[in-house]
Amino acid sequence: MRSVLRRREAGIALALLVVIGVTTAVQPGFLLTANGWRDLLLTPAILVVLAVGQAVVVITRNVDLSVGSVLGLTAYLTGRLFIAEPDLPIVVVTLVAVAAGALLGLINGSIVAFARVPALVITLGTLYVYRGVTLTWAGSDRIDAADMPHPFLALGTQQVLGVPVLTVVAAIVLAAVAYYLHTSRGGRQLYAIGSDPDAAALQGLPVRRRLLGAFALGGALAGLAGVMFAARYGTVSSGAGLGMELQVVGAVVVGGVAIFGGSGTVAGAALGAMLLLTINRALPVVGIPDFWQRAVVGVLIIGAIALDRVLANRRSRRLAAERDADPPATSPPGGAAPPGGAAPPGAGPNDREEATT
Amino acid sequence: MPNAAPTLRLEGVTKSFGPVAALRSGTLVVQPGSIHALVGENGAGKSTLVKVVGGVHRRDAGVVELDGEPVDFAGPAEAKAAGVAVIHQEPASFPDLTVTENIFLGREPLGRFRRIDRRAMRDKASGLFRNLGVDLDPDRPAEGLSIADQQIVEIAKAISLDARLLVMDEPTAALSAVEVRRLFTVARGLRDAGKAVVFISHRLDEVADLCDTVTVMRDGAHVSTDAVADVTPDELVRRMVGRDVAELYPKVASTPGEVVLRVEGLESTGTFHDVSFEVRAGEIVGLAGLVGAGRSEIARAVFGVDRYDAGRVTVGGRPLRPGDPAAAIAAGLALVPEDRRLQGLVTESSVVRNVSSVARKRLARLGILLPDAEARLARDWSGRLAVKAGALDALATTMSGGNQQKVVLAKWLATGPKVLMVDEPTRGIDVGTKAEVHRLLSTLAAEGLAVLMISSELPEVLGMADRVLVVREGRIATELSRAEATPEAVMRAATPGASRSDSRTEGAA
Repeated sequence: MRSVLRRREAGIALALLVVIGVTTAVQPGFLLTANGWRDLLLTPAILVVLAVGQAVVVITRNVDLSVGSVLGLTAYLTGRLFIAEPDLPIVVVTLVAVAAGALLGLINGSIVAFARVPALVITLGTLYVYRGVTLTWAGSDRIDAADMPHPFLALGTQQVLGVPVLTVVAAIVLAAVAYYLHTSRGGRQLYAIGSDPDAAALQGLPVRRRLLGAFALGGALAGLAGVMFAARYGTVSSGAGLGMELQVVGAVVVGGVAIFGGSGTVAGAALGAMLLLTINRALPVVGIPDFWQRAVVGVLIIGAIALDRVLANRRSRRLAAERDADPPATSPPGGAAPPGGAAPPGAGPNDREEATT
Repeated sequence: MPNAAPTLRLEGVTKSFGPVAALRSGTLVVQPGSIHALVGENGAGKSTLVKVVGGVHRRDAGVVELDGEPVDFAGPAEAKAAGVAVIHQEPASFPDLTVTENIFLGREPLGRFRRIDRRAMRDKASGLFRNLGVDLDPDRPAEGLSIADQQIVEIAKAISLDARLLVMDEPTAALSAVEVRRLFTVARGLRDAGKAVVFISHRLDEVADLCDTVTVMRDGAHVSTDAVADVTPDELVRRMVGRDVAELYPKVASTPGEVVLRVEGLESTGTFHDVSFEVRAGEIVGLAGLVGAGRSEIARAVFGVDRYDAGRVTVGGRPLRPGDPAAAIAAGLALVPEDRRLQGLVTESSVVRNVSSVARKRLARLGILLPDAEARLARDWSGRLAVKAGALDALATTMSGGNQQKVVLAKWLATGPKVLMVDEPTRGIDVGTKAEVHRLLSTLAAEGLAVLMISSELPEVLGMADRVLVVREGRIATELSRAEATPEAVMRAATPGASRSDSRTEGAA
């Protein structure tokens, strides 16, 4: 199974490389200039952070549609903090924004975990509520670069050893969450909950606590993304992050995180985010008109879900066929099976099934 | 310490689900270092009792003590922490996780910095499988495991818990003879190590072979507790049934007419294979077999809910289009599903609406449903089936299981079917209503209806069916006439790994 998953991520990485390669062949500046290289790494940074958080939520068979609004609210909060206290250290501002995001996520999580209402509905509601808070608070006000300290804005474009700071942040987030999911009990339980929520309850897993944790993490990362947004663009209006939730869910799905929970990795989600945004930038470069740019993203999302189904069906058929081949003394159903049960249990089950399916 | 408190003591434990009292008076005392059998018919309350012990359900009243300490588990996690391991009847595994992860979920061995030590975990899993003597890849996903293999995983999980009390709810139902023997070795090992084991089984030979003490339950209450050596299997059966069998299964004699339903070579990868049988007008054909053998799946495929890969179904000589339930209904098929609450009823809807829901097309004029016709239909059938509902506009959810089942039956009978397929027609129904449902099925068959009855209750199959088809691992293992169908013959044909010398030839026919 692990090899299949790995192959899935490798596939996305390959697609990403192909997009970059083709575009660079048409327009060498896409990759081979300082600006091209920087944009390639910098553009997806915010979406990657959001996608990592979303992936954790989706793995538990939930979804958080409010992340765009959380990003907008925390980005505006970041600006207001700098206006109110210009001398506040950047770290403190960041921590406050992350904490605010976590709180908003926790609100989502509590309603989902305790009221047992589908996350889709709850977070659709909080999407509007959180956006409404920002609108009320900001009005037509807008935070400009002049309102925020220079060192903070510099983080948005600065590079360390040729890698933008925001990209480094995204990479650290990705690595930390991936490590947690893979190596901790809590991480494995998130997968279990998404795989079969009823069985998880029957097993006595702390389902509620895990759901709260997943939503809080998703919210905290959206808060972090809000800070990154403020640093990167230098202006924050009440519309910051509008519609971003759909991009995030798209990235997660393209990245191979099953929308019904239980499988997928945050690395895949991050790659999905990079692929989506890189394609967005690549299409105009190779001269594809606007309409098709959107259509390509749509096809990518539908294609990814279709691929998931095909892979899942094929896998369950293969496992079922293996089981059929197992019991002794039964006549083979089709004509393709080897005579006399010549390939019982131990034989390599890997690629032979292709012939029968 | 001899004469210490029993490991588990339940007294007068009750548990109701809505109007249904699943457990009226559960009493069970299990000593350390013993294997205690819990026997009784389906619906006697064994599984409910087990779920109370395992913390899945909370009791309504009564005493539960572990080693003399009163306990009241709020959830399965608490029961586990108190040293109670339960293998439930339906294994609950996580298809996306590996077998190893399934076993150790929430209790993974930790290495440095509380990180999961995958190598240690895998080694432990391999060790468990070695002890159990099974060949299962610890790294494969749990998805697609057979019921037997899932059961093995559950057993490995329970053993790895190192519990003081191990409860096994029909662990052997899906196991082969070899696997059962290994399981028994493990259970005896636990007993000799001073643990208490509760073993639920329908097979009295296994009880005699493995257990020290046996408790009989009937209709949600304790009947008797004896040393296994002191009671004969016949005596146990008498106590389990506790009533006259003839009265429970009022079989009306009928002469089978022509073939109405014919199934030929039905095939679905991973579920069932080469299934062929026919049902004649006026006969009841029982489809027996273990849970998970593929009986319900066969019925669903015949009805067109599920697709199948090969084979064909003919009703009254006309081929039936696969995968089209509407065509099946039009051709005169009816399927009363296994889970009436989920699949058979609109529980938030009235009796009238439920009864008329399938027959609607016939009740409508110019596409508009006539309420009068609807009510008349519902009144006719509810009266005929003696549905006890306050009023016909009562919501189905407020009714008892038996009456709900009657409403589902009424719904399908209102379509005027030629073939009635019923899946577990009396599951979760009290004894009195059971007999009514049986009488109804019998009468319908006598009137010329072809009935295919899926049932896990052996007495029901033997008592009601004119012929019995036994399904084993997705194949029709054998066909038995009413005279040939003894409990032993059916169980032998249904159990994987049992002798199958006499079954092959007929199964191929």
